[in-house]
Parts: sequence; structure tokens; C-alpha cells
Amino acid sequence: MNDQTMTPEERAANLKGMGSSRKRVEDVRFTQGKGNYVDDIKLDGMLFGDFVRSPYAHARVVSVNKEAALALPGVIAVLTAEDLSPLGLHWMPTLAGDKQMVLADGKVLFQGQEVAYVVAEDRYIAADAVELVEVEYEELPVLTDPFEALKSDVVLREDLEGQTEGAHGPRKHHNHIFTWEQGDKDATEAVLAEADVVAEEMVYYHRTHPCPLETCGCVASMDKVTGKLTLYGTFQAPHAIRTVVSLISGVAEHNIRVISPDIGGGFGNKVGAYAGYVCSVVASIVTGKPVKWVEDRMENLMSTAFARDYWMQGKIAATKDGKITGLWCHTTADHGGFDACADPTKFPAGFMNICTGSYDIPTAYLAVDGVYTNKAPGGVAYRCSFRVTEAAYFIERMIEVLAIKLNMDAAELRRINFIKADQFPYQSALGWEYDSGDYHTAWDKALKAVDYDGLRAEQAQRIEEFKAGKTRKLLGIGLTHFTEIVGAGPVKNCDILGLGMFDSCEIRIHPTGSAIARLGTISQGQGHATTFAQIIASEIGLPADDITLEEGDTDTAPYGLGTYGSRSTPVAGAATAMAARKIRAKAQMIAAYLLEVHDDDVEWDVDRFAVKGAPERFKTMKEIAFAAYNQAIPGLEPGLEAVSYYDPPNMTYPFGAYICVMEIDVDTGEWEVRQFYALDDCGTRINPMIIEGQVHGGVTEALAIAMGQEIAYDEMGNVKTGTLMDFFLPTAWETPNYTTDHTVTPSPHHPIGAKGVGESPNVGGVPAFSNAVHDAFRPFGLVQSHMPHDHWRIWKIANGLGLHG
Amino acid sequence: MSKMHVKLTVNGKQVEGLAEPRTLLIHFLREDLKITGPHIGCETSHCGACTVDIDGKSVKSCTTFVAQVNGADVTTVEGLTNEDGSLGVIQEMFREHHGLQCGFCTPGMITRAHRLLQENPNPTEEDIRFGMAGNLCRCTGYQNIVKAISASADMLNAQKEAAE
Repeated sequence: MNDQTMTPEERAANLKGMGSSRKRVEDVRFTQGKGNYVDDIKLDGMLFGDFVRSPYAHARVVSVNKEAALALPGVIAVLTAEDLSPLGLHWMPTLAGDKQMVLADGKVLFQGQEVAYVVAEDRYIAADAVELVEVEYEELPVLTDPFEALKSDVVLREDLEGQTEGAHGPRKHHNHIFTWEQGDKDATEAVLAEADVVAEEMVYYHRTHPCPLETCGCVASMDKVTGKLTLYGTFQAPHAIRTVVSLISGVAEHNIRVISPDIGGGFGNKVGAYAGYVCSVVASIVTGKPVKWVEDRMENLMSTAFARDYWMQGKIAATKDGKITGLWCHTTADHGGFDACADPTKFPAGFMNICTGSYDIPTAYLAVDGVYTNKAPGGVAYRCSFRVTEAAYFIERMIEVLAIKLNMDAAELRRINFIKADQFPYQSALGWEYDSGDYHTAWDKALKAVDYDGLRAEQAQRIEEFKAGKTRKLLGIGLTHFTEIVGAGPVKNCDILGLGMFDSCEIRIHPTGSAIARLGTISQGQGHATTFAQIIASEIGLPADDITLEEGDTDTAPYGLGTYGSRSTPVAGAATAMAARKIRAKAQMIAAYLLEVHDDDVEWDVDRFAVKGAPERFKTMKEIAFAAYNQAIPGLEPGLEAVSYYDPPNMTYPFGAYICVMEIDVDTGEWEVRQFYALDDCGTRINPMIIEGQVHGGVTEALAIAMGQEIAYDEMGNVKTGTLMDFFLPTAWETPNYTTDHTVTPSPHHPIGAKGVGESPNVGGVPAFSNAVHDAFRPFGLVQSHMPHDHWRIWKIANGLGLHG
Repeated sequence: MSKMHVKLTVNGKQVEGLAEPRTLLIHFLREDLKITGPHIGCETSHCGACTVDIDGKSVKSCTTFVAQVNGADVTTVEGLTNEDGSLGVIQEMFREHHGLQCGFCTPGMITRAHRLLQENPNPTEEDIRFGMAGNLCRCTGYQNIVKAISASADMLNAQKEAAE
């Protein structure tokens, strides 16, 4: 056992700890079809729920006739708001301090809104019964434009009539939700008034949807004998769901067990609490049987968790040499019929105030107005940390617009405005303390990697050829340097429904030297079972292969706020390291006892404690583990386990430099990504293989969003993109290959220096693709054009610039 | 609704059951046979999470009635595991090359890749990207899926060569 033949490096490699591209332990199940997703759960006597949904975007519900549906054999119940009202469950609180109808209470506010919930013996009968429920509607005027909504006499939320104070301050109009202001308005306006140059533009980030391949769903199972409710579901935050279910339903929290099984992608879609969960719980309590509800794709796209929909009016001031002196932004945020945005309580527009980006901007002001319209509620962070994608897109477009105004190269404009490495920790004008960064190094590395000067020369030549009629294709070079803010967050300013956004890890070392760890987070494809075991392996010297990781069962896992906003590694990853260090501290005492020396006379060496100056005298962690269970050690309790609840002192600030080279056909609007280079700095890297995979996937989501994906409505409030026929998800065919690269600037306040990476590629990817489109047309006078840049819209740009002759 | 008798071969085993004429193959597999590898992602044939192999063709089982495949030979991802329970070549290569993340599309991906490599044992990257375009993945960006399939082709060809 006391193997002295291996070098410390060999012993470290055997652990497969941090830095190892360890293969994923999850994949043995998934590749055989042995995952366990919510729709795979089958319980005895299980019933199925299905919704009657509104075909109208704004209408009064005059009557609901259930008779024909109830007469159908196999139908158990049809629930309406009237049935839920005695329980106080016809409305539920939202994460944003608003309330939302569970089932239509007298009116509907968006197409696809839940009107009645059918419970039947199988899913086919439930679907039949949905068709048999007769609902009489009286149509009302529809508002789909937030600017119109703020002027209209039409009252969307009659339930709020007369309420001039909302959850986030005064309401200015009956369709207004909140105004959120950050920074110094007067100082910013003064800077704008005196500036050499001011560029102004409206930047719209359109409404879209996270659309994970698995839709949302749950199985509620009330055991009438024990009084215990088990709720399986696609929950990105199982503990928060347990608390919310307890608060809403009145079932005591200790009698609720929430289980997130395997989750088929989340991307923010599975953060919120939906009507389907509430109705399934009620149906199970009423019938005493398990009830399953799984939405179909159309329901998913129409009713659960949209993302973005921000109209961002910007002004950016600079000296004539290009030094930015001020940034002003007013955002009109379309929140749909209810304010159900998933943001920390004190941040009604999320972290939109990271919109000064990677730049040293001394003065800035941001105001966001939230508005009700006849669209679905949601406002989730689609692979992003609470509106960081919107902020990054805004500043990266404004930089380009300013470059045009200054007639400067956009790469150089960025370079002269970056926050310098010696300015960290950096205090931003809008209130954040950036932890660490080295933007110039990353930027130079990226420009060199793609031969930026060569690309610009090629582009200039292409323009000449185009003008000479030799080609109909333009070349766009899309630049982005983004800074994210992730890892929410410090309990002092981050909570959701009053729950502080710490996270947790519990580790138990077994006598034979293997271990189990449980976390408050939940993987949806990020590979937590693989990577968190690597953190523990490096911290306590047991092989990652000998460490089981469990998440998602609130009866066994310690309380945590879940996985979204790239918070798992920054927060739960920190908790994991801290719990492991507690174990190591106890192990040190055990080792010293076994080696018959003082605690201070042993030192840590990869997987063992050795006597200082006598490395041949040591106890491995495996030996220590056994001793913890079989030796009576004076002053120490038996056993070897620890739990850590980690309240991060600050957010983390990953950053990156992305460059996209795109060919655009002027006549058809078709585009082709010729090259995409992604440099990410996420601090300490735990598993490079998984980081790269995250970047590939996130950039592909960005490609979709920038180049075609949207939730579009017509003027009647009909969803025009309700199936995968119309809602763009790229296939392998149109998705390019990506080149990934990295620099490493560890977070100074995180125990292992890690910052989180899952969302960076979506945040940085969207402006890179969009800027490439804009850049292609910049020589012909294009300043700003709204996403998504589908073929038709690109054709329109070309046509509008007179390029079709 | 009256039910009909259906009989088919699934992963090499004879199975039979009662199904309504409108029962979809995906529901028959998942609910009646408890073969839950194939998943439902879109109900419109776009995403391919439900892909199974029927008589030597890739088919989307979410838009196929079980009645249509009465008597057919159906293979799902569960049927691509080696007899000793170890991962089949394509399954192993998806793991080796990180060709999956959340795992929801994976059964359909692997089942489609299995058929693609039967149809074309030496595919180029372009062949793979075109041949897999009926299967959507939201997590991986496809780069590692393409790699995994390409590596599977090499390995299957090497195995074939060794056997000859």
C-alpha cells in the first residue's frame, strides 16, 4: 500500500483530478439509452395531465363547459380556476415579485395560456378530452409592441388596477411594471453633451427561447398514507422548487421530496415554476394517484420561458482619438403578460448593468423599463447569467457603431479601451467589482491566431472584386470581446424569493477510501458527476473514479439554489473544494496521530500526508479513511465527512475573445461561417474536454439565435414559430467547426480559481456572428440591423443598400 | 377505442401487444415495452430523438403508428450494446470523443449513426454532417458527434478487416 515507486506527478495523474480531460462517467448510461428522464418515470396507477390552452392572445373567458370532456370514459377530472380558487391556487407568485394565473381567471393574456387542466387515465384520452372542453371567449384588443403598450388605454392586468407601486418601485402606466436605474444619470448626460463624438443607436435583441431537446414536465405523487408528496420534474433548482411548492400548496416542506432526475438540457427553460407543476400537484393530492404532465414542443415554445426581448437604446461618447468617456442606455423590456423573469430579487433587469463590458468607461447610466404585453411570460437567462447576453450584445454592437462613427478599426478601438490587467480588481461605473482579467493578452492572441491583418487585406480585395462585378459574395469579420458576470451570488445582494444564492456540497469518505458527494446543484448535461469528482480528487487525493456524485434529490442533497447562470462551478464548485478541505484538515490530524507526530509536522503530498523532512513516512488518504472508522483517536470523532455551504464573496468574471469570419451571398442572403475562433478565459480549468464541449454547444446556440432563431408574433398575438419547422435549431449541416483556445486568469476569490464557462459561448457568440454580418456590409453604409439575420433579412439589408443593382 | 394485435421484433426479441390504431410506435416502445432509450423531442419529425431502425432504415418513431410496422424488425439504441453488456463501438466512440452532454438526443443519434455507417462505411465529414442532419442536438454543436462517428467508421472497418 505504501507505494513509494511513483513520482508525485504520476500519483496526481492517477487521480484524474483537476486539469484532466477525464471521460464522462454519465455516458455509460446515456449511450445505452439508460438515462432516466422525467417521461421515463412510470408509477403504479399513474394518471396523465394535459392543458386546454387559449387560442387568443387577449380575451375574456366567458365560460368553460367541461361536460363532454367529463363524459369521456377514462377522464378523471377537469380543473379550472374556479376549482383552484378555494385552495388559493388559481394564481401563483412569480420569481420576479409579480403573480401569475395558474389557470385562466376570467381572462387570458397570451396565446397558449393555460385555461383548464384535464386529468385522464392515459395521455391519448387526456388529449381527446382537451378537445372536448368547450371554452367561450370574448376577444380583446391585443398589444404585442411594448412601446404601444405604454401608450395604450387597453389595460392588460386589470388585477393590478390602481396599484401604482410594483415589486420594484413606482409604476408609470397601467402596462408598466418597473423602472430600474443604475449609475449616474446627470454625470453621463453631461459627458454626452461635451463629448467630441457621440454614437447613438437602437439595439434590439429579439425574443427567443432556450428550447432544450427535452421539454418541461413532472410527475407528482401524493402518498395519502404517509402524507408525503414526491415531485419528480425537470427542475434546474430542485430545492427552490421544494420551498416554493411548500409555500404555495401549504404542504409542510419536510413532507415534500423533490427529485430532478436526468435532465435533457435546460438552458434556463427549467428554472421557473410552471402551471403544469401546480396543477399536477393538486391533481395528485385530490386523486391520491401519481399524475404526470409533460408538455409537447408547441406548448414549450408558446408558454414556458421565453428569453431576451430587450429594446436597448444606446449612446456612447468618446474623444476623437477613440477613448470612450461615457455610456448611456435605456432599455424597454417586453416581459409578456406576467412578470415571471427569473432574476435575483434585487435585480429586476438581471445583471444588465454589466453593459459597460470589457471597457474602462468612467461614466455610465442604465435605465430599464419593464412592460406588460400580450406575449408569454418568462424572461429567463437562456444559457446566460441574468441578461448578460443582452448586455454583451448591446456593448459589442455599440463599440462597432462607434468605430464606424470614428472611422476606426473596431479591433483597435476595443484595444485602446480595454480595462488594463493592472486595474483589477476593477470597479465599474455601474457598480460591479470585476475580480480579474487580462484582456489585452487574450485579444492579441486571438487577432494573431486568425491573422487579423491578413483577413482585413483579403476583405479589402474582396470589396474591390465585388465592385468590379467579379464576385457576389462579401466577407464579414465579426469581432467580440465579452466579459461575463456569473456565479450568483453573494447572499448579501443575491436571493431568489428570499433564498440566499449560496450553494453546497456534502462529502462522505467511506472506510475503504472511496466517497460519495452530494451537491445543491443539478446537471443538465454539464457533466457534474465527472467534474466535481475531479475537484475532490485533487483536494483530498482519492481517485475521481472512486467518487460517486449525486444531485437533485432534496431528501439527500444539501440545500442549494441549483444550476443556471454558470453558477455551479463558481458557487457549488467552491463549496466542494471547501468541504474537501475540511476533510483534509481532519485527515491531517488522523495522519499525525497514526505517524505519532504533531499535526504541524505532517505535510500534504498529492494523495497523502508525509512527515516533514521524512517523505518515506506517510499515510495515504485511503489509509487515513480506514483509520477514521476503526481507530479511537483521542479528541476526534469517528468518521470522515464534511459539508460546506458556500456564500461567495463576489461574482466571477469570465471573459473571452471570439472572431467569426463569414461569407455572405448578396443575392440570396445565404451565409456560411468560414472560420470561428473562440478564446475563453474561465480561470482555472477543471476538465478541458468538457470546457471545449461547452464552448462548441454554446456557440452553436449563439449561431442559431443570431442567424435565424426567434419567437415571432403577428399583430394578433399568434405565435408564428411554434414548432421546430419554424423555430430554427441548426443541424450538423449548417453548423461549422470551431477552433477553441484559452488563456488562464484565475479568480482571486474562488478557492480553486475557477470562474465558470457554460454560458460564455452564448454570450460572446451572438455578437460575433451579428458583427460579422454588419461588418460585411459596413463598407456599403450599414450601421445597424436587427437580428435574427436570416437569409431574408440579409437579402433585405443588401437590397436596402442598393446592392441588387 | 378498440385495440388491435401487433407483433414485431424489437432488438432481436419477438414482442406482441395490443394497441389502438392511432398508437404511435414511440409510445408503444416506451409505455408498453418500457424501452425508454428513444425519446420524444418535437412530435413533428424534426429532432430525431425518437429515431429507431426499422427493417434497415432510420425511422422517426414519433410519427409512425405501431400498426404500420406490424411484423417489422425494429432496433433501438438498447439493441446496439454488445451481448456481454459492454458498449458497442459507436456508443464507445461517442463517450470517447465527448459526443454527448445531456444525453437526450444520444439514443437517436447513435441509432442513426449505426444506419449511416451501414449505408456508407467510409463517410467524409460532409457525408456525416449531411447524413446526420435529421437529428438535432442542443448541447454539443455536433463537432464531437462528427468526430465520434468518423472514429466509429475507422474502428468498425478495422474490426471488419481483422475478421476477414
